[in-house]
Formats: sequence, structure tokens, C-alpha cells
Amino acid sequence: MRIGVVTFPGSLDDRDAQRAIRLAGATPVALWHGEHDLHGVDALVLPGGFSYGDYLRCGAIASLSPIMAEVIDAANKGMPVLGICNGFQMLTEAHLLEGGLIRNEAGAFICRDQRLRIENTDTAWTNGFTANQEITIPLKNGEGGFIASTDTLARLEGEGRVIARYLDVNPNGSLNEIAGISNARGNVVGLMPHPEHAVEPGFGPDTALAMRSGVDGLAFFTSVIERSLVNA
Amino acid sequence: MTAVSNTSSRGVADTVTNAINTPEKEQPYAALGLTPGEYAEIRTILGRRPTSGELAMYSVMWSEHCSYKSSKKYLRQFGDKVSPAMKKNLMVGMGENAGVLDVGEGWAVTFKIESHNHPSYIEPFQGAATGVGGIVRDIISMGARPVAVMDALRFGDINDPDTARVVHGVVSGISFYGNCLGLPNIGGETWFDKVYQGNPLVNALSVGVLRHEDLHLANASGAGNKVVLFGARTGGDGIGGASILASDTFSEGGPTKRPAVQVGDPFAEKVLIECCLELYREKLVEGIQDLGAAGISCATSELASNGDGGMYIQLEKVLLRDPSLTAEEILMSESQERMMAVVTPEKLAGFLAVVQKWDVETSVLGEVTDSGRLIIDFHGEEIVNVDPRTVAVDGPVYDRPVAYPTWIDALQADSASALPRATDAATLQEQFLALLGSPNLADPSWITDQYDRYVMGNTALSFPDDAGMIRIDEESGLGFVIATDANGRYCQLDPYRGAQLALAEAYRNVAVTGAVPVGISDCLNFGSPENPEVMWQFSQAVEGLADGCLELEIPVTGGNVSFYNQTGDQPIHPTPVVAVLGVIDDVARRVPSGWQDDGHNIYLLGITREELDGSAWSAVVHDHLGGMPPVVDLGREADLAGLLHAASIEALIDSAHDLSSGGLAQALAEAVLRFGVGARIWLGDILERDGVDASVALFSESTGRVLVSVPREDDVKFLGLCEGRNYPVLRIGVTDATAPVLEIQDYFTVPLTELQSRHRSTLPNAFA
Repeated sequence: MRIGVVTFPGSLDDRDAQRAIRLAGATPVALWHGEHDLHGVDALVLPGGFSYGDYLRCGAIASLSPIMAEVIDAANKGMPVLGICNGFQMLTEAHLLEGGLIRNEAGAFICRDQRLRIENTDTAWTNGFTANQEITIPLKNGEGGFIASTDTLARLEGEGRVIARYLDVNPNGSLNEIAGISNARGNVVGLMPHPEHAVEPGFGPDTALAMRSGVDGLAFFTSVIERSLVNA
Repeated sequence: MTAVSNTSSRGVADTVTNAINTPEKEQPYAALGLTPGEYAEIRTILGRRPTSGELAMYSVMWSEHCSYKSSKKYLRQFGDKVSPAMKKNLMVGMGENAGVLDVGEGWAVTFKIESHNHPSYIEPFQGAATGVGGIVRDIISMGARPVAVMDALRFGDINDPDTARVVHGVVSGISFYGNCLGLPNIGGETWFDKVYQGNPLVNALSVGVLRHEDLHLANASGAGNKVVLFGARTGGDGIGGASILASDTFSEGGPTKRPAVQVGDPFAEKVLIECCLELYREKLVEGIQDLGAAGISCATSELASNGDGGMYIQLEKVLLRDPSLTAEEILMSESQERMMAVVTPEKLAGFLAVVQKWDVETSVLGEVTDSGRLIIDFHGEEIVNVDPRTVAVDGPVYDRPVAYPTWIDALQADSASALPRATDAATLQEQFLALLGSPNLADPSWITDQYDRYVMGNTALSFPDDAGMIRIDEESGLGFVIATDANGRYCQLDPYRGAQLALAEAYRNVAVTGAVPVGISDCLNFGSPENPEVMWQFSQAVEGLADGCLELEIPVTGGNVSFYNQTGDQPIHPTPVVAVLGVIDDVARRVPSGWQDDGHNIYLLGITREELDGSAWSAVVHDHLGGMPPVVDLGREADLAGLLHAASIEALIDSAHDLSSGGLAQALAEAVLRFGVGARIWLGDILERDGVDASVALFSESTGRVLVSVPREDDVKFLGLCEGRNYPVLRIGVTDATAPVLEIQDYFTVPLTELQSRHRSTLPNAFA
């Protein structure tokens, strides 16, 4: 399976997403924001970072990059798309996901090992988790507070489209402790914490067993690979 | 339709012809920070008065910050006191943008620490942000990919109302810039002391990695090669920053100096990093010089001096943010995120294609010549015609007066050993907890949690471990380790020993991770060099450091001197921040600073002496500073590092934590808190062997000591290793995962939750 990772000016976690895809067993394909070409990939990751320096609004300028026309088209046709952090912001700006992300409640950037509960295991990117599985992956953002209108929020909750929720603390003031959501079809997922930083023993969060041994993020990437094998 | 001018529209500047014709014209050299003697020297060099552009160039390049005119005499020791072993892995030494060390497997590491103190006091957010930006550009200019940042911070009294302003600004500035660049922040230091109230220290460090063949030096060689300025546009920010800010003291009620602080755009810098790395990769540049202090004045004169010696520039081609800038302002501007490249004519088209891909604005300013002169025209008129070496290399050198401080004998005589110590267990416990929550020993997570430590996916260790560690090679696991340290209190008592203590501690912090220390970079923060007592402190600290490096046989690869750190007449404590870099052949072997497993034996390596002078205990419990700082034995430090390396190679130790500020008590608390696993400790053997009391056992800051935990099955081998290497070792306790407490038998027991709340609440209470 070939999974594209789009690099925008200011993308930071693009190489990390590529590494995660490789460790999960797929082939990462580096894509450049300025091209109108997805190079025939089977799935897409919009990585974290500060595309265009977060100017205007996070993800707003990137959502208008040339390649986003192809990304939107492919997503609407059912291609799995995962937006992580800044990628999540791009997906809301591109209207592939509802709601928006605003400055953290405390006003400061926060980096912490964050516990989450996976609440929807039917999406392209979460089907490898067990129902209500609790995981720990790094969170690092300045503008991760999820907001949506009351109606939208009710719909997201009612349709089970909240895929992950913060446990212990709400690090950024997200409504309903929302850490990630999906579209109705379940192929497009936006997630504020960073699964690509919990995929390799030695470089993830600490666990009760050993330091930096947490690899809870890997299942996001293996999910999409497994799903593609089932569908093949 | 309105025409938008990209370049300066200002009229003709002071030309060389004009300077020849009007020799008696009065020039504002003093306002630019030059002395009458320096001004006269410039006139002698040129054989005429300088043009206003030349005066601007000389004034910034001859400033203390750029020329090292007061420190050069002493810094030569770093080059003189070297052994063959120190040169073995040194690929690039002092004097370049950053030093480079061969770390094996075809890899090299470049690193440097640099001050941005004065801008960070005036405008903490931008000052700190651009401090990060500047040091990262130094790393790029060596041909390396920056892979980590770290910072050593000194703030005023935590309870002073102005401290919060500076802390919030500095921390959010570093967070904003470093996070946006995508560089993991892997450690550093935070100190609070009233001596830094009017003069905080922001020392920013960056590390880069490169393959040997990718090494580039910034020099302008090859007549006819193009000189290209690219990156952000030049604006009116930071004009004269180096001369006016960094080389002067703050005076109360003086004019605001904020216009001299630069403004940073980390997005522009991130794009510039990727753009430069692509230019290197495609072999499209001969060299790249970053524009930092003194901007275009520095870049042109340094590039020319380091190359064929000549350069011709058309200054009106500089792209401007503000077309009203004068030629002098363009020469002096310290606008951020700019680079200057030397490109062969045949590669210019390829160069321009890459910068265009990254949407980086570029203008070809001129070319390299073999004339031996740096000539700068502005709208067709010659405004600069100098030998670039007289600007960049052969600046003034001062042998400033040095005086043994009148107060130091009395200070050294006032030992902390006379201070009352705890006579009962309850007081001992109270003092232990007071230290644990004191600003300099409290958990700085409130700060470090604002920095991204994960980005790039290679962080093997970061705060709260003793040093930061980054994997260089994903296949082999090769990595580097880095730690910074300085204790201004020790240096105030004895700057020679204080500098060696900083070196010893940073060296030990690298060694505890299992790595081999290989080189240092230093950031020497002092008061005014015009104060003979400060010059004495400086001379002592440099000598201590140079002697120490020779004894440990690790080279100084570069660094920076920051003078004039004082408000009014009161200088800061001498603060020579030492960054030690180490190498580890496989990061999987790394050793953390706390224990994670149950039932492991806890050993104390080293001897505890009655050394409370300058200690955290004397500061927190008695608000005292006096006496002589702990004795340093660098030979023993090297033995200890060798022992730790061997123990790590043989996988005999599960954790290792350096003892320094706060002594054994603080190290125990931190080791327990690292993974939340308790411990039972007995002091009896220490008291007996070392002949000390419980206060000394817990709070002394004797050097050469490390706390390690050893799985029971490795006990015999570990003790054999210590014996074989003749290093003192005592079993002082056992880890206990079942009881969440730190128990000091016969004295006190503190639950983990209390340790945690004491340790973690201080900074949030002050700043959140």
C-alpha cells in the first residue's frame, strides 16, 4: 500500500508521518503541496506543523494549496485521509470535516503525553483499535481547542463521529473533550494529538514498563493498511 | 496604478569622493559606540575619514559583540591549550559560525551556544525568539540540518513583579519560534536570582548533523562568483543591535532601545532551512553565510575576509521592506531570516530555481573579486571601499585593566560551614522539602511543556533526564547527547573553580546517559569589561575552562562572549554556561535519570565532603552566599565518566543521576519522581565512611558523585567494575515500587504525592 504525505511550506511532522507509515508496513510517498498530482497513492496523511506560519488562521492558506483540489476530490470519492494537528486544521478549513480549532484555552502551546479513549472503531484509521480502547500518544499544539455549533456538535455526537476523546485533562479546552472526529463516511479523520510520535519503541511516550516505549499510535496506520487489504 | 518600490529610493549617501573632499566633517562615531581612539584608527586605516556607510560598518563590526576586542586576548587559550587528542575529531574549530566534530560512521555534529541577553530584557518575546533563530542559522551555514535546540535561562527573583513579564515573554518567544521551526527542545536550564533582575540571560543552543562531505565553510572564493542575498527582506529592525544593545549597559531612565531589537518570523526561517538544505544537496552553492549581528556589514566583510579578499556589491539591489531606509541603515540592519550565498555563474539559474520553489525572495547583489577590497556602490556611487580584513578580522584588541576584587577575600572567608544545621529529623525534612520546591530546584515543566520535544522523531532523552539525546542515524542508532550547566553563585565565589564546576557538571550530565563527552561550546556571560574586577572574573573563568578542557582532553569548538550584563554599576554573577556534547554509539543503550523497576539496589558513587558553601541549601535555608565552592577533580570526573560508560556498555545500570545543586537529597527526589517509583535509603554508611553529618550527607554539593540503580543480578559485576577502577561506591538503598514514598531511614518518610506537589507547584504558582 502507498500512503502519501503532503509537505506544505512549514510542515514539520511530515518525515515523522513517513516513518510511521513505513513502520506500519506501507510505503510512504512524499507529495509536494504545489503539485496537482497524488502520484496514485491509496491513502493520504496531512501532517502536523505550522503551514504558512499559521498566518491568517491555522491551516487556512494550506487548504487552498494546489494539491488540496485533488485531496478534496479523492476524499469525496472515499480515499482515506488522516489530518494530524495542523492537518486536522486544514481538513476543517477545507470543509472536509466540520467544526474548527482555536487557540488553547490556557493561551500557551502545550506538549504532553495525552491519554485518549478511542470511541469509534469503524473509521478507516481507527478500525484496528478495540472499542473504547484507552491509549497514550503525544499531544503538541497551540491551537487545538475544538469548537462547533451546538447543532453540529449534537450531530457529531449523535452519529458517533467523535473518534477520540481526551481523558484525565482537557489540554486545550476542546468542547466535549473532543480530540478527533471523522466525516460521515468514516474515510476522513482529523486528530489533534500525534499518533506518528508513538510508533517506535524508544521514541514514544513513557509507559509503565519502560521509558519512551509507547507505540499506541501505530494502530492508526495499521488500521488503514488492514482496511485496504480487506477491500482489495 | 501605483508603483511599488522594492529597493531604496533614498538619495545619494555619503560617497568615498565626498569623504575625501570633506575631511573635517564631524561624524557621530560616539553615538555609534566607537571611542575617539577607534575612530582615529579607522581614519588611519583608510587614509581619510570614513564615509557614513563605512563608519556604520566599522562601528558594528568593531563592537564588543562582534569583535571580541576585550576577550580575544584570553580566548586564545582555547586554541593554545590543546593536546593531540583534542584535535583528533575536531573538523572545524573556533572562529567559524559553529564548531564541527567528527562523531563517526561518516557523520559530523555541529553545535553552538550564543547569548541573546540584552534584546530579551527589552523585548523578551522577540529577543528570545530571534535568539533561537540566529543560532539555528549559524548551524545551517555549516551545511548541517539543525536537529535540536536547548536554552540556558537566567531570570531575576521569582517574586519580583517584573520577572513574570520577562519569563512569559522569553518562554513564549522560544516556544513560538522553536516549535514553528520544527526543532525538538531537549533540555536546558532555568535559574532565578535577583542578580539577573535587570539583566536576564537567554543563551540559545542549537545542534545540527551532517555527513562529512556536506561540510561547508562560509567564504567568498573564486573571482566572478555571484554574491546573492536571499530570505526575508531587509527592514528597519535591529539597526545597530550589536553595537548599541549588546555592547552597552542599561541605564535607568535612558531612551528606549526597542527599535534595536529584531523581529522574528519562524515560518520564513523554516522555509529558509529547507531551501538551504536543498541548495547544498544539489551542490548549487559554494558557501552560505547567515546574517546575524551587524547584518550585511558582517556577512560581506566576513565572507570576503575568509575568501579571496575582494567583493563588489550594489547595495541598491537589496530588497527592502521599507524603501525609506538609508544606505547606512541597510548596512546595519539586523533583520532576521536572511542568508548570503556565493554562487558560481553557471549554477545561478539552478540556484534561482530552488529559491523560487520555496518562494524565497532573492537578489544578486554583486560578485567576488580578487581586488582585496570590499567595494559597495549605492545607486552608482561608491560609498564603501575598504580592506575587508580591517573590518572583520583585524579589529581592535584591548588589554583591559584587571583588578583582584576588593570584596572577594571577605566573601570567601564567610563560609557556610558556620551556619546552623538541622538538629532533628523534622527540621531536616522541612529543609529538604523547602529545597525541592525552591525556584532553582523546582520542576520546570511549566516551561518545558511549552516546547515540542517530539518533532523529528529522534528524541531519545529530553527533560527531565540529565541531558538531551538525539538519534543521528536510524540504522545504526548512533546519537549525540548534550547538556548545559553553569552556577553563577559558585563563579561569584571563585570564577576559576566556578567555570570548572560548570564544565564538570555538564560533562557528568553527558556521562550519566552512557555517552562519551567529546567537545564543548561556551557562552560566557559577564558584566562590563570596563570594570577591572569583572575583567578579573572573566580572565579567571576562561583560564579555568581552558585548563579544565585540557585536563579532560575535550576541545572548545566555539561559543560566544556576552559582556555588559549589568544594570547600573552592579554586574551579574559571572555565568560561563558550558555546553558539553557527547556521542553514543547506540541510543538504545541510553540510561535515564530515575529508576523504574522494583527491588534494584541504589548506589552512590563518589565521596561526600562538607561542601555547603555556595550550595542551594545555603541559599534557600539561610539566604547566604560565601566561602569556597566545592573542590573539582577533573581527573576523577574522567574516571567516573569512564566507569559509567563501561557500566552502560555492559548494561549493568538501569539509571544514573548526577548529584549537583541540592545534593543527594535533590537527586533522590528527582530519581523517585522520574517514573514514580519509591525508594528506601539509609545514610549510615555515608556518615561513617565520609565522617559527615546528615545535613552534609543530604545537602553537600561535592563533585564527582552520581546516583545509580543496579538490578540485583548485576550487583557483583557492578561492584567489581567500581573496584577495578578504584572508584568509591556505597550501597545506600533499594528501589521500592510497592510503597509510593521516599524513605530516609531514621530521619523521615515523604509520600510521592507530597514530593510531587512540592516539586511541581512552584513555577505554575508563580506564572500560570
